[in-house]
Amino acid sequence: MDTRVEKPAPALREKPKLAVRNLNFYYGGFQALKNINLDIPENKVTAFIGPSGCGKSTLLRCFNRMFELYPEQRAEGQVLLDGDDILSSKEDVSLVRAKIGMVFQKPTPFPMSIYDNVAFGVKLFESLPRVEMDERVEWALKKAALWTEVKDKLGQSGAGLSGGQQQRLCIARGIAIKPEVLLLDEPCSALDPISTGKIEELIHELKADYTVVIVTHNMQQAARSSDYTAYMYLGDLIEFGRTQDVFMRPTKKDTEDYITGRFG
Amino acid sequence: MSGALAPHLDAQANATRVRRAAQRRRTNAIALALSLAAMAFGVFWLVWILVETVRLGVGGLTLQLFTEMTPPPQAETGGLANAIFGSLTMVGLATLIGTPIGVFAGIYLAEYGQRTKLGAATRFINDILLAAPSIVIGLFIYAVVVARMNTFSGYAGILALALIVIPIVIRTTENMLTLIPNALREAAYALGTPKWRVIMTITLKAAMAGVITGVLLAVARIAGETAPLLFTALSNQFWSSDLGRPMASLPVTIFKFALSPYENWQQLAWAGVFLITVGVLLLNIVARLLVRDRI
Repeated sequence: MDTRVEKPAPALREKPKLAVRNLNFYYGGFQALKNINLDIPENKVTAFIGPSGCGKSTLLRCFNRMFELYPEQRAEGQVLLDGDDILSSKEDVSLVRAKIGMVFQKPTPFPMSIYDNVAFGVKLFESLPRVEMDERVEWALKKAALWTEVKDKLGQSGAGLSGGQQQRLCIARGIAIKPEVLLLDEPCSALDPISTGKIEELIHELKADYTVVIVTHNMQQAARSSDYTAYMYLGDLIEFGRTQDVFMRPTKKDTEDYITGRFG
Repeated sequence: MSGALAPHLDAQANATRVRRAAQRRRTNAIALALSLAAMAFGVFWLVWILVETVRLGVGGLTLQLFTEMTPPPQAETGGLANAIFGSLTMVGLATLIGTPIGVFAGIYLAEYGQRTKLGAATRFINDILLAAPSIVIGLFIYAVVVARMNTFSGYAGILALALIVIPIVIRTTENMLTLIPNALREAAYALGTPKWRVIMTITLKAAMAGVITGVLLAVARIAGETAPLLFTALSNQFWSSDLGRPMASLPVTIFKFALSPYENWQQLAWAGVFLITVGVLLLNIVARLLVRDRI
């Protein structure tokens, strides 16, 4: 297929929050993303699906310039946040990451109390008086549907929580700094079904305030919790559209084969 | 010959299976016996050392040990007060100097210079320093400091001990930081945390128990070092808190007293050995407790 043709999502009625333009990505000499063009709608959940190694996590890591931690990785092209290119911008990478939060595959509580885990990011960008910080921590934990479970043990270590709780703590930590976009990189792959259910409910609620992008290996999860779905294969964006369209009437044979489980 | 493809084992194959299992149990029993014997051999000497230390050291454990100075030969009384003070001072200050240098160098190696040439060179030199016999370090400080200042001094002793602390702390700090999963670093960066802050508040904190253990092990190591002090701090029969002058220490005093033919000196040497052993033992226990109780 001709990947040089721009493929803005045809069904995109919403304003794009993130726009990817002619994005190529390299791990050393290996090209992991091939000329990706994609619009991610505001206040919707967009899922990236595809077999392992297709580049969906790589694409996600371009949105907050996480790849820059590794000198051998490099991106060419544009990622526009509200029209401004974040890849070429001279803006401090910290400020980009404050606007675009990320939650990872494995829960990563910091070695400190539950309260401090949530307050950590806030302290980087704001100096709040104690009372307001308390309010912010409570607000973030409520938004992450964790408040009732931890409100009596905020001083305890974050590492003492269950895996699902830790993941919601990480989401609370990301929300606390009031980002605009939330990137979720397989947030449920290390969790049991009940915790997964809670996170999916949470994702549904979060899209009222945030633009959510989720990478997942779980077809049902993508179908259940996303509004838009992008199917990727070997570094190409194969198909992108409204989730119901991609799942019910995929336009590409590849997508259909993957979704129905014939390969992947 | 169809036996190989049948769904169940025939009687002969089953007998082989039972025989093999018995063979494995015998091998296991032999291996277990050998490792138990090896352990018993090690523990035997260790326990003997501890028993002898306690047996010969406890006799000298009096109040005078902590209040009186090292006595002349065949004196009626005497203690190790000046040596205890000298050891605590020199070990303490050497640790205070060596720990920050070691921790910061370890941070550089693990977080900044992991793949740089400077990092590789530093790591190589540090390994050499780590393996250097302590008497070499003693002679080096003698040539560089003592010979130039024209006097043995507490300062020289502290420098020599610090040079032993630094490579140990560098190595443990680097190792402990390298063990911290990258996912934790990425999570911190994803919030927009600057690098120095990621290191100081996340990775170093997560590695703190290991780093503290490394420091305590370094302290335990220098508490018993004799060679680097022989040519640097020398020793002092009298009370001296002046770091510019020769300073007594437990290991050098033990060395001198244990070699002597005088009974009161030998008794004090054993008491000193007991003190060092108990001190090092306590440090190890503290190190273990710290590691166990970390979040």
